[in-house]
Amino acid sequence: MKKLKFHPCGNFKEEYEKELTIFETDFGRLWMWIGIFILFLIIPFICKPYSLYIINNIGIAAIAAIGLNLLIGYTGQISLGHGAFFGVGAYAAAILATSLKFPFWLSVPSAGVIAALVGMVFGIPSARLKHLYLLIATLAGQFIIQYLFVQWESLTRGAEGISLPRATFFGLHIKGDRPFFYVIFICFVIMTWIAVNLVRSRYGRAFIAIRDNDRAAEGMGIPLFRYKLLSFAISSFYAGVAGGLSAYYIGSITPEPFTLFLSIEFIAMIIIGGLGSIPGSIFGTIFIMVLNEVLSGATEFFMNLSAFTGVALTIAPLREFVFGLAIVLFIIFEPRGLAEVWRIIRSSFRLWPFSY
Amino acid sequence: MEFFLQLFIQGLSVGFLYALAALGFVIIFKSSSVLNLAHGEIMAIGAFIFLIFSSWLKLPIPIAFLLTLAGSFALGFIIERLFLRPLIGEALIYVIMLTVGMAAMFKGLMLFIFGGNLFSYPDFLPKYLSIQWGAIHIPPVYTASLMIGLIFLAIFGLFFKYSSQGIYMRSVADNQTAALSLGVHVRRVFALSWAIAALVCAMSGIILGVMNGINVHEISHMGLKVFPVVILGGLESIAGAIIGGIIIGLLETFTGGYISTALREVVPYIVLVLILLVKPYGLFGLVEIERV
Repeated sequence: MKKLKFHPCGNFKEEYEKELTIFETDFGRLWMWIGIFILFLIIPFICKPYSLYIINNIGIAAIAAIGLNLLIGYTGQISLGHGAFFGVGAYAAAILATSLKFPFWLSVPSAGVIAALVGMVFGIPSARLKHLYLLIATLAGQFIIQYLFVQWESLTRGAEGISLPRATFFGLHIKGDRPFFYVIFICFVIMTWIAVNLVRSRYGRAFIAIRDNDRAAEGMGIPLFRYKLLSFAISSFYAGVAGGLSAYYIGSITPEPFTLFLSIEFIAMIIIGGLGSIPGSIFGTIFIMVLNEVLSGATEFFMNLSAFTGVALTIAPLREFVFGLAIVLFIIFEPRGLAEVWRIIRSSFRLWPFSY
Repeated sequence: MEFFLQLFIQGLSVGFLYALAALGFVIIFKSSSVLNLAHGEIMAIGAFIFLIFSSWLKLPIPIAFLLTLAGSFALGFIIERLFLRPLIGEALIYVIMLTVGMAAMFKGLMLFIFGGNLFSYPDFLPKYLSIQWGAIHIPPVYTASLMIGLIFLAIFGLFFKYSSQGIYMRSVADNQTAALSLGVHVRRVFALSWAIAALVCAMSGIILGVMNGINVHEISHMGLKVFPVVILGGLESIAGAIIGGIIIGLLETFTGGYISTALREVVPYIVLVLILLVKPYGLFGLVEIERV
């Protein structure tokens, strides 16, 4: 039997391979398998349908957030258009499924590809623009795509929306929260696995070099434009797949959800989770979704107490206030996000009792 | 032809309003290179402060106006002190997201206090400002916005060119470290620029409130319209903000008048993408030269 590895008490890496490894010890790998086991065999059977619905939404949003983190956290290109790319994925899946009769397993990846193409189009300005200017260009993309969702009626049926056929997978009908849980989280695990491995590949290293200093990266022989477009394409692909899944999960789509606010929510997820960290994007997604649930739960609680119905109506806008406050507090007090908090907790356990 | 002229005048005054709103934006950007996404919300706060003073407390209009300006000036200081100062030296995305968070907070607070209803000011503009010229009618609001816009733009143009504070601001924008070593109080410059920007925002918020009524959603949406304007003109240029504002204002009203009202909302952004592809630093923006 292989000897189990433990954490060394310092940073002793003697080979490049050791630095590239995902799990420093075998315990990490073990914990991952335990986590996957709990995720797939225990959670779907102990959760109530409503919590399963929320968990599914977390899974969908986490896929998009991981994609966005590849773009913002790793490549350093800020995009305010991810809500729209998510919408492009949802619409692409819906249109492919209704007019071209694509099956479920084909339409979701094609939705990702279409979103990737759209993302590349709106990534073209990144050839000449950086920072603020690029941010504003993607903001314009968000508004233009939103306009097309409503006005291009021959394709998107405008405000009326499109209802999707039931998802089937090799003759198996996927309906209800539990089967969808498996579909969403199998996608989630695959996409996370791809992302984790992507960032330690040649491409991921090029992305990080571009983020740290794009001129220097160019000087070292990284074709900037090609890699920036690649980053836009990959992250929009993630958003598109997530959008396609959510379209099937909800069953019908309208243009309303895919607004600038959705884009901002995605960015909030990765900021709160931690930029440039894949687990961070997942933590941030969970944080934002749970925060949303807690706030709407609080509103509902006051609604049901008849004496406080008036109070409930007035505190509804405070949800937005709390959402903003969470972002502001995280940025001021813990800009590296929940991933950093997690790291601190872990290392304090590891170094106990001599944590100096 | 009359329709054309009517649209032209309307576009011009909307454009001046955009220019005025963009001015506050340019001031912040010029001195601290912060992209303020809470711009529309600060405009709305100004409009609501004026609403409280003028129609709830029933103060005379000039006093209410001055109090509003003073209040928003103080608000700018507070925003800078509480939110922006801890972030000096952080990466751009954090600063931008901070303003996004601020925007959500302000909007939530305003909705909490005032609700999503449409309010309006008492009718205070004198009738002689309304111009009747043939069949063309120009309501007093447009004349007033044009006049106030011109006055403020002139004042700030002169302020940046000649006053010592204005020169400090420009020096900080140009090179923060060099300005610091030459004895410019950089933190004070930041605070002052936020205060001035909030004041200008409140101004444009009030004018917008007189024109279309005061509604949290509408005014804060207007804050996003500023982006095409400043990009067209160049982020650092006051003259650019004016010209960009007028071009975007005209473009919007003509599209709304001749093509469709739905397209009116997106036309600025389509123009923006095209400009960014052709002239990335706008008409009058400074071209950044970078060295590794």
